Amino acid sequence: MSCGNSCNSNTSSRRGFLTSMAASAAGATAGLTLAPGITLFSPAQAKARGKGEAASSKVRWGMLVDANKCDDGCTACVDACADENGWQGEGNPATDAQWIRKVKVTDPGTGKSQSLPMMCQHCEEPPCVDVCPTGASMKRADGIVLVDKHSCIGCRYCMMACPYQARSFVHEPVSGQRTRAPRGKGTVESCTFCVHRVDEGQQPACVEACGGTKRGALTFGDLNDPESEISKKIATYPTQAIRSDLGLKPGVRYMGLDT
Amino acid sequence: MSREIHKRIEGRSPAFLVLIAVLGILVLLGMGSAWTMEHHGHVITGMSNRIVWGMPHVFAVFLIVAASGALNVASISSVFGRTAYKPLSRLSVVLAIALLVGGLSVLVLDLGRPDRLIVAMTTYNFRSIFAWNIYLYVGFIAIAGVYLWLMMERSLNKFSKAAGMVAFIWRLALTTGTGSIFGFLVARQAYDAAVMAPLFIAMSFAFGLAIFILVIMFTSGGTGRELGEAMVRRLKNLLGVFVGAVLYFTIVQHLTNIYAAEHHAVERFILLDGGIYTTLFWVGQIIIGGALPLVLLFTPLFADSREAIALAALSVIAGGMAQLYVIIIGGQAFPLVLFPGKIVSSSFADGSIASYSPSLPEIGLGIGGVALALVIVAMAVKILALLPRTLADTETDPT
Repeated sequence: MSCGNSCNSNTSSRRGFLTSMAASAAGATAGLTLAPGITLFSPAQAKARGKGEAASSKVRWGMLVDANKCDDGCTACVDACADENGWQGEGNPATDAQWIRKVKVTDPGTGKSQSLPMMCQHCEEPPCVDVCPTGASMKRADGIVLVDKHSCIGCRYCMMACPYQARSFVHEPVSGQRTRAPRGKGTVESCTFCVHRVDEGQQPACVEACGGTKRGALTFGDLNDPESEISKKIATYPTQAIRSDLGLKPGVRYMGLDT
Repeated sequence: MSREIHKRIEGRSPAFLVLIAVLGILVLLGMGSAWTMEHHGHVITGMSNRIVWGMPHVFAVFLIVAASGALNVASISSVFGRTAYKPLSRLSVVLAIALLVGGLSVLVLDLGRPDRLIVAMTTYNFRSIFAWNIYLYVGFIAIAGVYLWLMMERSLNKFSKAAGMVAFIWRLALTTGTGSIFGFLVARQAYDAAVMAPLFIAMSFAFGLAIFILVIMFTSGGTGRELGEAMVRRLKNLLGVFVGAVLYFTIVQHLTNIYAAEHHAVERFILLDGGIYTTLFWVGQIIIGGALPLVLLFTPLFADSREAIALAALSVIAGGMAQLYVIIIGGQAFPLVLFPGKIVSSSFADGSIASYSPSLPEIGLGIGGVALALVIVAMAVKILALLPRTLADTETDPT
């Protein structure tokens, strides 16, 4: 399988080696080590972005959540995200950041419940980007919605505008920061689709962790690529966007919802 | 030879100095509150990831909305040619600027990163109503300043009518922008309504005039200036009309929502079983802010009593604060609807009513903003000839 430069960068670096080992251990769709020196890469990895190369609108990153495979009580995706991005709580539930959370949805008629992760939906028409006065809330060409920590003034208008309550405000001094995901008191933050990993051709931490539980409820990939696993699933199964009535065209889609 | 209509106050009396000292202490209290919030982070406030805008925003929006309304007295004179109001125009403009500065100070000092104000002033996203508002607010202060100058510089008086017209149109745009901060929030059940803009304009007329009436009564009483019955009656009747307008738009706002089944839950929350928000709506906004002032202003029982009019103005202010509390905090307390018709729960309080209790620093910051506005007015009437020498009926209403 041809994988261009990303093969070299992943196999030659310690980080890439560890990543592919972790992914193969998890049985996820990320890199799979078949034999020493021979690694099978997923389409997502083949799209690692070169240093200094701008994000391309040819790619539209997206995620598919299969609610049927998501268990109530499992928080692997939440735990992995918190660890990856360093937003472990300070013990104040009302003000602690939650980049991703498990939501329990119950039908009042039947009493049937479903559990699913909720995070930034990386909308194509993101209201948070529209309302941000300074442009700190922004959408990359590849559809990933981010907050520029240098120009966020902490007005929280984006939090008022987000239909998914996906954003958190950093209410107190932070500890345990990761260099890959800088945080700052007084600014707003949310799921980045693990942009630092995606740019290196890896899967977001939540997707990898979910795969590690053997549930595989999360699929990440390029929605613009008809050959990607996520595109094929969306083409095959009925899926839906949360609050699709708002016309925001989220990059995160759900399947198996009992609606 | 024409004599000066306006005169500075002396501003040397012990009472004036005490007033400035008290207001100064309150401003310091506000600054201390802001520093505490910035130092520890917003974790020490009542605000959370669910109630992202709290008490500072209630104060700030109130002051900003009232600012544009305070300009109305000048507009009535310049734009609508009612000369009886002309002596009050200067004070009206200065009060408008002062209230806006007070409100903006609260808003800025509540930011997560107030030190980045320069970013907000230099980097704009023009799809954001907030970014427009930065222009609208700064522009309002500039236009009002020029308007005041043209009124005070006799040789340029002839241009003041045009400036008054610009200021009036600008203030309508400004309040439309402030109301649209909420009106443009498509995802929130309690907002997302075009009626927010005219509702906020009506609110601004009422709140601004209520503050203006109290300021003119206080300054007239404190400086021994006569305040004629005719002028008081005019202001009183105008306040009544504005209070009625707020009630009208409030009824439209809720009736429109009640008609749509998707909004039944949020209307039920605000109007029936929302606890503090329901109480504040009916007792604060409707009774104290609406019904009581109308009774005080228009029933023969009170027969234009100054005390009744002052009490009515205070009621309008208290009701206005209650109204903004219900709109801003009640609107956030009601959960976002992620899955219509389903019961939703999470560790992030999805699907449940968010709790909020204002903290001392938040209230301190808000009061500091009010005190800043008042201290600006107090200093302005000492430095500039803003207050009319007299508002006796023979001067303002010679007929």
